Amino acid sequence: MSFCLCYGIVFDKTVEDNSEADEALDSVSIQSQWRKSQQSAQESRGCQTKAVHRAEAEIQTVSTTITGTQTEPRHQATEQLLQQNHNELESPGLKDFLQRVEDRVIRELVRNAKSHAFDGFQVNWEDHSSLVSCLHRLQHPSAVERGLHVTSVSWSCTGAVIACAYGRIDDGDWSTERSYVCTWNLDRRGLNPKQADLVFDTPTAVTALSCHPNQPALIAVGLYSGEVLVWDTSRTQDPILVQSGMSADSHREPVYQVAWVPLQKKGEFGVLSASSGGRVLLWTLDSDQGRLVLIDAYALVRQQVPHSSCTGFKTLAAAPTEGHSVTLRAPAVFSFRPRSGPVHSVHCSPFHRNLFVSAGTDGLAHIHSLLQANPLLSLRVSDSYVFQVQWSPTRPLVFAAATGQGEVQIFDLGRRSLRPAAIIEPGGVGQAATCLAFNCQNHNLLAVGKTDGTVGVWQLSGDLMEQKPRESSQLEQIANQAVG
Amino acid sequence: MAEVDDTLKRIEAQKGVIGTIVVNADGIPIRTTLDNSTAVQYAGLLRNLTMMARSTVRDIDPQNDLTFLRIRSKKHEVLVAPENDFLLIVIQNPCE
Repeated sequence: MSFCLCYGIVFDKTVEDNSEADEALDSVSIQSQWRKSQQSAQESRGCQTKAVHRAEAEIQTVSTTITGTQTEPRHQATEQLLQQNHNELESPGLKDFLQRVEDRVIRELVRNAKSHAFDGFQVNWEDHSSLVSCLHRLQHPSAVERGLHVTSVSWSCTGAVIACAYGRIDDGDWSTERSYVCTWNLDRRGLNPKQADLVFDTPTAVTALSCHPNQPALIAVGLYSGEVLVWDTSRTQDPILVQSGMSADSHREPVYQVAWVPLQKKGEFGVLSASSGGRVLLWTLDSDQGRLVLIDAYALVRQQVPHSSCTGFKTLAAAPTEGHSVTLRAPAVFSFRPRSGPVHSVHCSPFHRNLFVSAGTDGLAHIHSLLQANPLLSLRVSDSYVFQVQWSPTRPLVFAAATGQGEVQIFDLGRRSLRPAAIIEPGGVGQAATCLAFNCQNHNLLAVGKTDGTVGVWQLSGDLMEQKPRESSQLEQIANQAVG
Repeated sequence: MAEVDDTLKRIEAQKGVIGTIVVNADGIPIRTTLDNSTAVQYAGLLRNLTMMARSTVRDIDPQNDLTFLRIRSKKHEVLVAPENDFLLIVIQNPCE
């Protein structure tokens, strides 16, 4: 509002000036604001890039599978070659070669088929081991120190382990002297003959020992006190599997022999034990209760023996009986002509059902037939006692005898003379051979136990092991000969 | 081919023949009537033995040479016809 006022004032004044003087005015040019720059340079630049191609791809697998194969290696590389060669053409020269050799080969084949040059010919490859030699001399030092005797030896069923019982044979007194049973494994590397693999202590002297015929770990043992034990050598803590204990049933006299006998049930074995006093007991093993159960008992009754003299204190282990009762039975059915002294040992022939050999203090070995009272053959073995006789497991005509002079004599009935075929164990004074055992697995081994506390393991010569032709028929002849 | 087979058949027709093996210079059986493993075993072992027998004969007398090898065993007779490139082994049971 104030501006309007001012304007009015100036206007008034101009009107006044015009009226006063005609004044000339310079032209003023004013550039157009809106029409300018028609010609102004216009530059435009353009640029175009190639179109960018874009693509997207995606992939996804849903299932996976893994498979593997393996091939067995071929047995023989040469098999392949063989196959290939079959398919191939023949090797060059094969035809010529075969034609060249054909005649000669056929000639020889024909001659062979006709030839009798080798009929009955037998090579004896084992001949070179013609010597009997000592392989090992085993001993248990503490038993030797105490002067104990070896009373029994037995091979395990594998033939590798020898078990040896220590006791006394010269001492009839009742004693409670501790003793040992030792085992050595001969197949073991680094066998130490003075260090047994296993040593078992026993409360009294051991008088009899027998290894189980099937189970290598089991050993039956008879003690001087009359006790019968079975040990399981595979158990380290408590080796006693079963024992008879000291009951009314058991022996009260020293047990002189133990043996494993097959029972009626197949594969089962019982222990037969014989003691002085003429008692023979048959036990079964009750391993759950850890004791031996008596199933049969036999006695040698003096009245029953037709010839009124002592026939010996060891009865035949093959005494045939039936039934199961613990009352004493006297099954002796036949007695043989009495000897001039106690019989220490009898052994049935493994090759003939009727033959057995017996030996005793008279120094003679008698070959008996079960059917005849008189011996078929009597051989002078020694001037001293004979402690044990045993047939060879491989040669029907051979048996060995352990003598009180320390010698072990091996007799071959196939020879013309009745002299021993071999004498082993040179022995020496006061070293009686008390026991011996052929090895049924390794036929070349013979173990001999002596009173000096050592066990000798001997290697037999080939002619003491190899059965000869017609040997069995010779044995049959001996068995069938009648003695008046 | 046929001639080779015929020759071997004639040999096998002889009395008591159990089997034949033809062995090449590398000791590999190339023809046999026995089973493979037996043939391979026979071939390897008998080739060695034949070579040894041959060198024995030649060492004793350098003018001499092995012409034939017969091995008598408890069960069989083994005949070996040797040559540089081949070996013919025939196994016979002469007691048959």
